[in-house]
Amino acid sequence: MADRILVKKTYKLYVGGKFPRSESGQTLAFTDKKGKVVAAYCKSSRKDFRDAVLAASTGLKAWKAATPYLRGQILYRAAEMLEGRSAQFVEELQLQGMSKSAARKDVQQAIDRMVYYAGWTDKVGQLFSAVNPVASSHFCFTMPEPTGVVAALVGEGVGLSGTVEAACRLLAGGNAVILCGCPACPLSASSLGEVWHTSDLPGGALNILTGITDDLAETAGSHRAVDGVLGIGLDPAVEKSLQEAAADSLKRLSFVAEAPKSGSPYAIAEFLEMKTTWHPVGV
Amino acid sequence: MSNSRVAIDAVGVAERAKRFQTRSIKKASKLGAMELALSMVDLTTLEGSDTPGKVRQLCRKGLNPDPSDRSLPHVAAICVYPSMIPAANEVLAGTGVELASVATAFPSGQSPLNIRLDEVAACVEAGATEIDMVINRGAYLSGRFSEVTEEITAFKNACGAAHLKVILETGELGTLDRVRHASDLAMEAGADFIKTSTGKIPQAANMEVTLVMLEAIRDYYWRTGQKIGMKPAGGIRTAKQAFQYLVMLRETLGPDWLTPKLFRFGASSLANDILMQIRKIKQGVYTNPEDVTKD
Amino acid sequence: MSENPFINEPYAPAPESTKVAIKDTYGLFIENDFVPAEDGSTRESLNPATGKLIARVAEAGKADVDKAVQAARRAYEKTWSRMAPAERGKYLYRLARLIQERSRELAVLESMDGGKPIRESRDVDIPLVAAHFFYYAGWADKLDYAFPNRTWSPHGVAGQIIPWNFPLLMAAWKLAPALACGNTVVLKPAEFTPLTALYLAELVQEAEFPPGVINILTGGSEAGRSIVEHEDVNKIAFTGSTEVGKLIQRSLAGTGKPYTLELGGKAAHIIFEDAAIDQAVEGIVNGIFFNQGHVCCAGSRLLVQEGIADELMRKLEYRIQTLIVGNPLDKNTDIGAINNQPQCNKIHEFLEEAREEGLEMVDGGQELPEEGFWCRPTIVKNAPQSSRIVREEVFGPVLAVQTFRNPDEAIEKANNTRYGLSGGVWTDKGSKIFKITNAVQAGVLWANTFNKFDPTAPFGGYKESGIGREGGLHGLVPYVRLGD
Repeated sequence: MADRILVKKTYKLYVGGKFPRSESGQTLAFTDKKGKVVAAYCKSSRKDFRDAVLAASTGLKAWKAATPYLRGQILYRAAEMLEGRSAQFVEELQLQGMSKSAARKDVQQAIDRMVYYAGWTDKVGQLFSAVNPVASSHFCFTMPEPTGVVAALVGEGVGLSGTVEAACRLLAGGNAVILCGCPACPLSASSLGEVWHTSDLPGGALNILTGITDDLAETAGSHRAVDGVLGIGLDPAVEKSLQEAAADSLKRLSFVAEAPKSGSPYAIAEFLEMKTTWHPVGV
Repeated sequence: MSNSRVAIDAVGVAERAKRFQTRSIKKASKLGAMELALSMVDLTTLEGSDTPGKVRQLCRKGLNPDPSDRSLPHVAAICVYPSMIPAANEVLAGTGVELASVATAFPSGQSPLNIRLDEVAACVEAGATEIDMVINRGAYLSGRFSEVTEEITAFKNACGAAHLKVILETGELGTLDRVRHASDLAMEAGADFIKTSTGKIPQAANMEVTLVMLEAIRDYYWRTGQKIGMKPAGGIRTAKQAFQYLVMLRETLGPDWLTPKLFRFGASSLANDILMQIRKIKQGVYTNPEDVTKD
Repeated sequence: MSENPFINEPYAPAPESTKVAIKDTYGLFIENDFVPAEDGSTRESLNPATGKLIARVAEAGKADVDKAVQAARRAYEKTWSRMAPAERGKYLYRLARLIQERSRELAVLESMDGGKPIRESRDVDIPLVAAHFFYYAGWADKLDYAFPNRTWSPHGVAGQIIPWNFPLLMAAWKLAPALACGNTVVLKPAEFTPLTALYLAELVQEAEFPPGVINILTGGSEAGRSIVEHEDVNKIAFTGSTEVGKLIQRSLAGTGKPYTLELGGKAAHIIFEDAAIDQAVEGIVNGIFFNQGHVCCAGSRLLVQEGIADELMRKLEYRIQTLIVGNPLDKNTDIGAINNQPQCNKIHEFLEEAREEGLEMVDGGQELPEEGFWCRPTIVKNAPQSSRIVREEVFGPVLAVQTFRNPDEAIEKANNTRYGLSGGVWTDKGSKIFKITNAVQAGVLWANTFNKFDPTAPFGGYKESGIGREGGLHGLVPYVRLGD
C-alpha cells in the first residue's frame, strides 16, 4: 500500500492578523496520555507577548472604532466559522485527550458562547449607561468604553469553551485581547486563530499565544501597556504575583477559579470603563 | 471683526453672573459703591402722562437727591421723552447733570428713517446732551445687519456733540449670542454707550445680558483703545442689585469704568432705594420710606 | 469720587460671622464614643491660613484600628445587616438633614482646618455632602433595582481612607454608598484635615446611629496601612495619590479583597478656536484655581488652539489678577490657603524647577499674607510636553499652557499621560464635542463647563487615575458582593 504521507499541521501563534512562529523558535511537544507526541506547538516568549501587545494596541484602534453592530456581526461570523469547522475541533480535542462526547460538548458550548456574546455587543452600552439627573443646568450621561488592551490568561482545565468565553467577553466590550489559551488544549487555542481570522476580525484585535501560561502571566502583569488582566483557572500563587506586578500600572484585574457555566454581561462590564460626560443646557 | 460672531454659552454666563452676586460688600466699600451708584443713575421718566411739571420735579431730585445730605453726588442724567426736553433743560442747563432724551421712534423704532433722523436732530437742537436710540430690531432679526449699523452711524452723525446711547432691546433679540453680536455692531457703528433695554417690554436688564455686553466692551477696548460706556436699564430697583452690577463692572472692566462717564443705570425707583441704604449706613438704623422724597 | 474706596481699594473685609464650637482635643470615634488612642498619641491639626494650632486629635495605631474594626464587625453582624433596608435609609436621611442644619458651622470648620475659601465650603462642599447622603439614603431600600438579575449582599466592614482636599465631601462619597448597601465602616480622614469628620461623628451620635456602624479614626499612614492590611476588613476604598494607590493594590494582592481607588490626575483642558471664549476663561479658572488647585480632576494642562492663543492668554492673565487671595473665612476670598506645609513646599518646588528651566511664568500679583501657606494663581506659558510641570500632578494653583494646531494633535497631547481622570473641551460645535469627548481617555469629560459634581454622576479614573466609580448608580457596585 502506497500510503499517502500525512501533511501535519504546525500549530502557530496568531498575532496581528498573522500566524507567526515564536520568535524564540522554541516549540513544546504535546504528548498524549501514553507519552506519544501528538503535535508541536509554539512556546511563546516574553518577546512574543510584547509583539502581541504592540499588535493589540493597533488592533484596539480598529476594534474600538467598529460599530457595536459590526462587532456583533464579526462575533457571530466567528460562531459560524467554528460551527463549520466543528469536526476539526472535536478531533483536535480528542487528540488532546478529551473523550468524543466531552469534546463535542465543549465545541458546541464554545459556539453557543460566541453567539451569546455576539448578541451583547450592541446592548451592553445601553445596559450600563445612565443619564444622570444632576441638580444643575447640565445634560450628564455615563456610558461604557472598553478598558483597552487586556490579557486573558487561561489555566489548566478550562477547556476550549472557557478559552472562547475569555476572548468573547473581552471582545464584546470592544477590548483588544491577548489570549493565552488553556494549556490542556493548546492546539485548539491555536486553531481558534484560524476561526477568528476568517471572521473579518481586524488584525490585532485578538492575539493568541500558546506556551506556559504561568510564564506569560508574569509578563502580562508587569507590561505597562497592558490595561487589564483576566485570569480563569489560574494558580492562586500566580494570581498573587501577577497582581503585585500589575499594581505598577494599576491594571484592572479579574480572576475566577473556573470557567463560568454561562456568559454574563456583568463579565463584560469588568473590562469596561465608565465615562461621564457633562454639557450645559442653554441657548 | 464685527462680522465674526462670538459664541456665548448661556449657562456659563449665568454661573459667572451669579458669582458676582455672592460678593459681600461691607463698610467703606459698600458706602463707596452706593454713592457711586447714585452718581451713575439716569433718573428716568418715560410715560405718556409726563408733563413739564413732573419733569421739572424729577430734575430737581436729580440735582439734589437727598435734601438732608448735601454731601451726596447728583445723578448722572435725567432721561425723558423728546417733548419734555425744554422743561428739563430749564432746570438742568449748566448744572453738570446731563439731559438725555430717547429718540428714533422709541421704543419700537418702527418709523421711516428720515423721521427718526429728524427726531434726533430736533432733540439735540432742543438741548439734549445725550440721545438714547433704539436699534432697528426688524432689520436685525431679518438679518439685515448692515442696515442696522448704517442707521446707527447716521444717528451718530445727527447727534453732533451729543452722546449716543444705543439700545439693543436685548429682550427682543432672544439669545446672548445675538446680544454680543448686536453689541459689536453698535460699537463699530459709533455708539458711545450700549444699553440693554427700553424698559417697555417685560424682559429688561439682567446680570447675564449686562455681563455679555461688558465683555464685548472690553474686547472692543482691547482691539481699538476706545472706551465705550454701558447702561443696563429697566428692572434694577434695589441698591443691592446696583452694587452687584458694580461688582461685576469692577471685576470685568476694572476701575477705569467706575465712573458715570462710562456706566449708567437706567432706572426710576433705584435712586430712592440707594438713598435709603446710604442713610442706613450713615445713621445705623433702618429708614422709613417717607424719609426720602417721592418726586 | 476718586477717593471712593470702592473704586481703588480692595473690598473691605467680610469675615464669615458664624462661630463653631471646637474642642481642644478629640478622641477616636469608635462605637459612638470618643476615646483616646491606645498608646495615648495625638497629633496637631493646624489652620493653614495662620499656621496655628486649632485642636489636637488622637493618633490611631494598629491597636486602635483593630478595636474599630471589631466594633464595626459587631455592628455589622448584630444590627446593621439585620436591619430592614428602609430603616438604614432613614438613618442616612436623618444624617443628611443634620448636615443641612449645621451646614454653616461645617463650612466654617472646613475652611479653618483646610484653608479653602468659605465661599466654596459654603456653596459647594457642604451642600454636596448633604446631597450625597440624601441620594444614597434613597437607594438603601431599592438596591434590587440597581442590579437586575443579580443577587447582592454587603461586603461587611469597609475600610475607607480619604484625602485632605475635600475632607467632608470625600467622607460623604465614601460613607453614604457603603452604609446604604448595608456595610459598616472604619473611615480614616486625612492627617491634615480631621476636624469636619469628627464634627460629623458628633452628628452620627446625634442621629443615634447604632454604635459601631460608623467609626472614624484620625491618624496618618500607619493607621491607613493597618486598615488596608486588616484581615477582617472586607473592602477597601481609597482616595489619594496614585503612588499610595499602587501600594494598596500591591498589598491587597492575593487577598481577594475588593477595592476602589480614586487617584491623581493631570487633565487636559482643550480650547478650540470656535469656543465661547469668555466662558472658557471662566471654565479654565474654575478648572485649576478651584480649591487652590487641590483637585485630582483639576484642569491643570491647558491646550489652546493656536489661532486664539494670544487672545485667550490675555484674557486669562487679566482674569487671574482679579482673583482674591487671602483669608479663607472672608466671604470674598476666591483662593484660600494651601492646605498644608509639605504640599506648599512641593508646589513651590515645581515652580522653582519651571523657573530654572526658563519657562515663562505669570501670576496674579496678589499680596500674600505673612503667616500660613500660600501660592498665587500661576500660569506657566508655552510649557513643553517634556517638562515635569506638564507630566506630573502639582496639586496646586498652577496651570501649564500648551498650544495645538488641529484636533488630532489636541487628542494626542491630551492622552499623552498615564493619568486619565478628567478632561475638558470647549467648542461651539456639537459634533466636535462628541468626537473629542469620545477620544480623550478619562473618566469624566466636561464639555463647555468644568469641575461639576453631582451625587448622581459617576466619577472615577481611567488608567493610573484609579479603579472603580463613585457616585450615581455605578457608585453602588463597589459596595456589594454580586452573586448569580
